[in-house]
Amino acid sequence: MATPLTMFEKIWSRHVVAEGPGGHVLLYIDRHLLHEGSTSAFGRLAKAGRRVRRPDLTFATADHYILTSPGVVTLVCGDSHTATHGAFGALAFGIGSTEVEHVMATQTLWQKKPKVMRITVEGRLAVGVTAKDVILAIIAKIGAGGGVGHAIEYAGSTIRAMSVDERLTVCNMSIEAGARAGMVAPDETTFAHLEGKPFAPKGDAWRRALADWKAVPSDSGAAFDREVELSASEIAPTVTWGTSPQDALPITGRVPDPAAVADGARRESMARALAYMGLTPGTPLSEIAVNRVFIGSCTNSRLDDLRAAARVVKGRRAVVPAWIVPGSGLVKRAAEAEGLDRVFVEAGFEWREAGCSMCVGMNGETAGEGERVASTSNRNFEGRQGKGARTHLVSPAMAAAAAVTGRLTDVRTLVG
Amino acid sequence: MQPFTKLTAAAAPIDLPNIDTDRIIPARFLRKPKEAPGYASFLFHDVRFNADGSEKPEFVLNQAPYRGAKILVTAENFGCGSSREMAVWVLDAYGVRSVIAPSLGDIFHQNCFKNGLLPVILPGEVVAGLRRQLHQRPGAAITVDLESQTVTAHDGALHRFEIDPFRKEILLSGRDEIALTLDFDARVRDFEARHAREMPWVAP
Repeated sequence: MATPLTMFEKIWSRHVVAEGPGGHVLLYIDRHLLHEGSTSAFGRLAKAGRRVRRPDLTFATADHYILTSPGVVTLVCGDSHTATHGAFGALAFGIGSTEVEHVMATQTLWQKKPKVMRITVEGRLAVGVTAKDVILAIIAKIGAGGGVGHAIEYAGSTIRAMSVDERLTVCNMSIEAGARAGMVAPDETTFAHLEGKPFAPKGDAWRRALADWKAVPSDSGAAFDREVELSASEIAPTVTWGTSPQDALPITGRVPDPAAVADGARRESMARALAYMGLTPGTPLSEIAVNRVFIGSCTNSRLDDLRAAARVVKGRRAVVPAWIVPGSGLVKRAAEAEGLDRVFVEAGFEWREAGCSMCVGMNGETAGEGERVASTSNRNFEGRQGKGARTHLVSPAMAAAAAVTGRLTDVRTLVG
Repeated sequence: MQPFTKLTAAAAPIDLPNIDTDRIIPARFLRKPKEAPGYASFLFHDVRFNADGSEKPEFVLNQAPYRGAKILVTAENFGCGSSREMAVWVLDAYGVRSVIAPSLGDIFHQNCFKNGLLPVILPGEVVAGLRRQLHQRPGAAITVDLESQTVTAHDGALHRFEIDPFRKEILLSGRDEIALTLDFDARVRDFEARHAREMPWVAP
């Protein structure tokens, strides 16, 4: 009998063009996404007198990306959140600008095979607990560097029960766990989502694709380099208190005390994070007042996210400035067709144009020095949302709850 | 690409773990070309300078013995976060040629190789020992030798590190990786023909 293989291994082996020295392989790239930040690679390519080898496999998007991508393909983009596409069962990972230039010129990348980690989440999520809480709990458990050198496969009944939008949220934050790639095995949920989408295969191609997708999930008995298990029942609505995504706790918790930590470097790092965040150890997380709320980013700006936020907002009023930034024009129009924009606007939220906005703070859409933001984005790094801005990462439902109370709030006290 | 062979230079310790690429170069500088005058001043900008542009004396690179260090000795997961290659460009502009760490952010790690910076991975306790020495003897030099894959600490201790032979060869020679890959063009064409037969639905 053949050796049982992981999903990662199956996709990887179908894309090896050549073996190089030291375990490097020349990996073929099926899809290359470009965004507005890819211009410097174009410049260098032109200067070297080279051309884009496969323009037909190269997709440009105006503001980062939210494209639908089928499973089993390899996909890269000059953006660390490219792993989002792993939600469809694609091997998708972020690359740097020089690697972007390399893919443009050759449609390949020299890659060393990463290790594979399976993270299994079992059980039903409680009301008010979402995909964002799941991934924050995972990062808190394995650490921001826990996935370094690995591709992650997310598995288990909790993940299987998720919609594609929810899986996108989980895979999106793989890089915050240190992993370049994260993926979920394609299943009926995936197929139903992909069928009829603009870039999905049609007719006979659809039937052949379906056969490939059905064969790709990890074989039973496949060996993983590392296994991590979580129980859905242990996961509560989660917020971050520090300046690394691993600094996450249930909303029912308190700001931790560095003095209680034995490891010196960890203690200093926590103390610095708390000083930057302007927080005192022992403060209940649900008593932390916020100045702003941001619902958006490639982590949480899809239709499911906006619906979850709208359910909390309906009939209430935002008491702090709150922005809703849909992930794409398509999402924006779909949300408007459902009347979600009116729910938000009537509650005093700002309904804005699609884009990255206050997640990356590149277009002047930033929070002020010392301002505290409940944000559905993926990074609470120092200065990420503006110089001196303080970010608490939360789910869309939790962000909506913070907007209507003015403080970090357990969303379960508002919906039930 | 500039090759990397051997370097003996002053090193600076960075003790906090998980230093992200936003901290290495804040987003508002990402649109500046790397040839821009003063590009090196964007390095660690918000932890290195006050709002009025004056230096924060507590930041390591603002302290005389560490100023202009060409080697950084960091804690785990240095360079995590965004894929921005500018994090490597700005280190290079400052003069940093090698980063020694227990682990590095995966994309940052790859980006180092593409710009002639040598990333050195050593066990956590070895790196912590190097940082301790640098605190005790500020301005002490470290030697990083790629050919022999060794780091020589100030106290003379020799630490061997592993590096992928493929990456090592390219760093030593400074060879253009795209030119190398273009030599594989026939293989790529063969692969494309087979791939189109086996997975015909992939092409859009």
